[in-house]
This record gives sequence, structure tokens and C-alpha cells, in this order.
Amino acid sequence: MFATLLQATGAGDKLVTPEVPWSHLAPQLILVVGATVGVIAAAALRGRLRRSVGAVGAAVVAGAAIVSIIPLWHRVSNPAQGPISAVNGAIGVDRFSLFVTALLCAAVILASFTAEAYLQREGLDGPEFSLLLLLAAAGGSVMAGANDLIVMFIGIEVLSLAVYVLAAMHARRISSQESGLKYFLLGGFASAFLLYGIALTYGATGTTSLLRVQSFLAERVLTDDGLLLGGLALMLVGFAFKVGAVPFHMWTPDVYQGAPSPVTGFMAAAVKTAAFAGMLRVFVVGFASYADLWRPVVGALAIASLVVGAVMSVVQTNVKRMLAYSSIAHAGFVLLGVDAASAEGTAASLFYLAAYTAMALGTFAVVTVVGGSGDGAHTLDAYRGLGRRRPGLALAMSLFLLAQAGTPVTIGFLAKLGVIRAAIDADQWALAIVAMLTAVISTFMYLRIVVAMYFAESESESDDRGELRIPWGVGVTIGVAVIATLVLGVVPGPLEHLSDDALPVLVAVDGR
Amino acid sequence: MSSASDFLREYLTVLILGGVGAALVGLLLGASHLLRPARRQPGKSLTYESGVDPVGTGWTQSQIRYYVFALLFVMFDVEAVFIFPWATRLEAYGGFGLVEMGIFVFILLLGLVYAWRKGVLKWV
Repeated sequence: MFATLLQATGAGDKLVTPEVPWSHLAPQLILVVGATVGVIAAAALRGRLRRSVGAVGAAVVAGAAIVSIIPLWHRVSNPAQGPISAVNGAIGVDRFSLFVTALLCAAVILASFTAEAYLQREGLDGPEFSLLLLLAAAGGSVMAGANDLIVMFIGIEVLSLAVYVLAAMHARRISSQESGLKYFLLGGFASAFLLYGIALTYGATGTTSLLRVQSFLAERVLTDDGLLLGGLALMLVGFAFKVGAVPFHMWTPDVYQGAPSPVTGFMAAAVKTAAFAGMLRVFVVGFASYADLWRPVVGALAIASLVVGAVMSVVQTNVKRMLAYSSIAHAGFVLLGVDAASAEGTAASLFYLAAYTAMALGTFAVVTVVGGSGDGAHTLDAYRGLGRRRPGLALAMSLFLLAQAGTPVTIGFLAKLGVIRAAIDADQWALAIVAMLTAVISTFMYLRIVVAMYFAESESESDDRGELRIPWGVGVTIGVAVIATLVLGVVPGPLEHLSDDALPVLVAVDGR
Repeated sequence: MSSASDFLREYLTVLILGGVGAALVGLLLGASHLLRPARRQPGKSLTYESGVDPVGTGWTQSQIRYYVFALLFVMFDVEAVFIFPWATRLEAYGGFGLVEMGIFVFILLLGLVYAWRKGVLKWV
């Protein structure tokens, strides 16, 4: 067997090794190399670094990645050159992958500033936290650019492994350990589903390259497509788990509640963004010819997520659990854009993800502050009277919550408008109506928190349990998120312009 | 004949082989159970510890302080999985393959350096 293999490949011949265009992979390389160098520096200078060095370092690396995206964006936008397919068609560099990468890097910057204050307060080890954020962003960036299902799987694993560790980072808190373990076990299951789906797809089409899957399905009609449908269904399960869509959402409340608050914000913003990027690329582009079959399923997932997310969030008393269910509802909204299976739907999904990244990171930055020492004060009671104690903080929180509810003049309204418009353009009236109704139900839950902050009398007068200090890191995150939520809510043009351009495409390898 | 049912038909062989295997094991164990004499004594149900009388119960806690070493072992095991096939085709891969494998091994070594600096290699 081995001898025949050697014969088949022609032993001794030069193998054709793929060309690696390093400059086109600059964002991913910067993130990975930055994280690797950081790990070594952290180990070598153990204990001699100040905690803030990790956060600032991660922000600098992520910022450098964003800067490296700008020339690539211009190169890819140039009609004479167009999108790139790198490393023998494994990774695509198009405006879609660059947009998502920039979004992930922005999430890393904001999350690591929040985390800086958190680590200081909880007395946790510094740099690893921020470095894992960088690795997670690198994995998400690979997912966004993956032109091959196996590369997609590698990306999702790099992202997930980093986030499993992040969820368990506060190792002294038992709930953080529980959160990490739960996420790890269920996430492992989801990865297995995804991988088996990839295997079945390979069995049906004979390739894992999305481009070749696409052209294979465009050229012929399968008489017996059971294998392919099974693969599609399993891959959908894997992605639906990662984005936290009902009925694969069971882990979300527990994991979001137990994970350290800055990590929860990152999970809501970046992990969802990366998973949706993978989903858009695989389903909307790769399996476009099967859209008639997967669209009803995605639509059902969207309706279930919207309804369950909105209804369950109303009955919670823990703010982190409320926000977890609200993130499920937000996933439902983004699924609306996926379900549209159109260019408008993809652009609307990306805009929604960008908006949710700003809102979620801002919200969880406030939650980090209110959580207090030990990261335990997350009941609705902890928010009572916040409007009197810290008016600025309460005002920022109210803004983020109202934006999530979809109030006009904020970015949240435009995001919801975009996906609902895409659903209506795709003749999905039922979906659009369900989305609008559940948005009303969610609003009640957001207003409950606002009311608790401003109008509720605190029952006990032990209300003044210490001053809530706002460290500079959290201040930066909240400030940036407020500006993004308001300014982009009034002047959405630039972001809309970018997300409209950022469509995923599959291109053949140059010259082959 | 469609390809999917051909594909499933190949699995039928696996199913038959599995069935035959299970039947064979059942037959042999069943026959020996029927044929052998059974004389129950308390000594026979003791844990076998190479002839020495067993000490304590089976439900003792064992210290898992070596789990980190197991993890590091897995790391280098996986590394070997990639290095062996690469080594058989070293010439074919040429300089590109050499550099690539160097980077791969270097990154894994960084993990070992990190573990060492974190003090997990000390026996506690």
C-alpha cells in the first residue's frame, strides 16, 4: 500500500508546494506572531510585568493588524486586482474577511481594556488573558477567510480553544470553572458535528474546497443527495451552536453568567461575529445552489431564537443571564440576514454584527464595573439606584440597553432595520413580523434594567456598599462604545458603505 | 445504482463482520461457561495483586500530579505524527518543507519553554 502510494506520487520528485503570499496574510500573521511573542515574554519576565502591559500590548498588536488591513482593503477593492486566493486556495482575502478581521481586532482592543481593570481588581495573572484574546481573533479571522472547509474547522478550533480557557480564567471562582468546562464539553460536541458534516460533504462532492463544492453543485444535479443534505444539516448544527441559536443555545445562559464579565462581552461580540462569518461563507456562498433547502431551516432557527431569546430574557433576575438571552435574540436577528441569502442580507448581517460588537462590549464593560470585587453582583438588585450613585455609568448603560432594544438615533435601530428590510426583500414576511414583535418583548426586559437603575427605591439602605470605581481601561471601552453607538447611529454612512462592499466571494487560485 | 447506496452497501460488510465477531466471542465464552466447573470461594473474588494480599479498597484516590506531563507528552506525540510522514519525503519537500517543519517544531518548543518557565516541570 505504501509502495503504491509512493509510486503514485512519484517518489523523489519535487512536490509542488503552495506559494505563501505573506503580505496578503499580514493581519492573521500579526495576530499570531504577536500572541506567540507575548506568551514568551510573559513566561520570561514572569511577575516583573505590570498588568496593564498585557492589555496595552494586545491593543497595540490588534491595532497593527487593523492598520495592515487598510492597504489590503485598497488592493482587494481595486477592480484590476480583485480578491486574492492564497495558499493554494485555502484562504481567501476579500473585503468580507478583512471587514470581519477588523471587527474582531476592534473587539480585542475593547475587551482587553475592560479586562485590564478586571484583572487588576481580581488579582489575576495578566498577560495570558490578552494574548488569548489575540489568538481567538486570529482563529476568527481564519474562519472569515476560509475557502476550504478544513481551514474553516481549524479556524473555529483555534477560536474556541482560546475562548474555553478564557471562560475558565477566573479559576478561583467555581462558576467560572463550571462555565469553562460546560463550554468546553458542549463546544467539543458542536465541533464534532461540524467536522462530521464536513466529512459527509466531502463524501458527497469529493472535495472540501468551497469553490469546488460550489462549481460541483452548479454543474450537476445529484440524483441521491442524502449524504450532502446530512452534511449540510450537521454543519448547520455546528455553526448554530457557536452563534447560540435556539435549539442549540442551552449552554449560553450558564456560560455567559459564569465566565468573567469581560470574556462574556468578547464571547457575545467576537465569537458570534466569527461564527456568523463562517456561516455566511459556507452557506450563502458555498451552498448557494442549495439555498432553497437550507433557507427554511435557518428561518426556523431564526424564529425559535427570536421568540425564546425574548421571552426567556423577561423572566430572568440576573442581569448577565438577561443579556445572555438577549444575545440569543440578537443571533436570531442576524439569522434573518443569513436567511435572506442575498447580498443585502449579508451586508445587513455584517452591519448588525458590527453594531452588536459595540453595544455588547459596552454593556459588559458596565457589567464588569457593577459586578464589584469577586465579579458576583449581577442581580437586578445590584443595579438599583445606580442612577443616583454613578449617573454617568447608568446613563451609558441605558444608552447601550436602549440601543440593543432598537431605539432610533442609535446604531441598534439601523441594524434591526437593515436585517428586517433584507428579510422583506426576500419575501420572508413572517420572519420580519416575528422579529418586530419579539423586539417589543425584548424592550420590556431592557427597560426593566433601566427602571431598576433610575426609579427603583433600594430596599435596604446598605446601598452605599463602597464607591464604584471606574478604572481607566473600562472608561476607554465605555467611551468608545458610546461614541460608536451614537455617532454611527446618526451618521451610519461610512459603516454601511463598508459593510455593503464586504461581500464574500470565492476566487480561483491565480494561474491554476 | 446511485453512489450513496453503494457507499452504504460497503458498510454492510462492516456490519456483517461485526456481527460474526460478536457471535464468535459469545459462542466461546458461553461454551466455556457451560463446560467449566464452578466452585465459589471468597479468595477467588479478591483483587489479584500478583499473589500478595490486597491492601485497602479499590476506591482510593490517586494523585494526578503527573497530568501536566501527560499533556506535554500528547503535544510531542502529535508533533511526531506530523514529523514521521514528513521525514519519509524530506527530499521531495525540499527547502520549503525544511523551513516549514522548523517553524512547526519551534512553535511547539515555545510551548515547552512556556511550561518550563511557569514551573510545571517541577515535581511537587
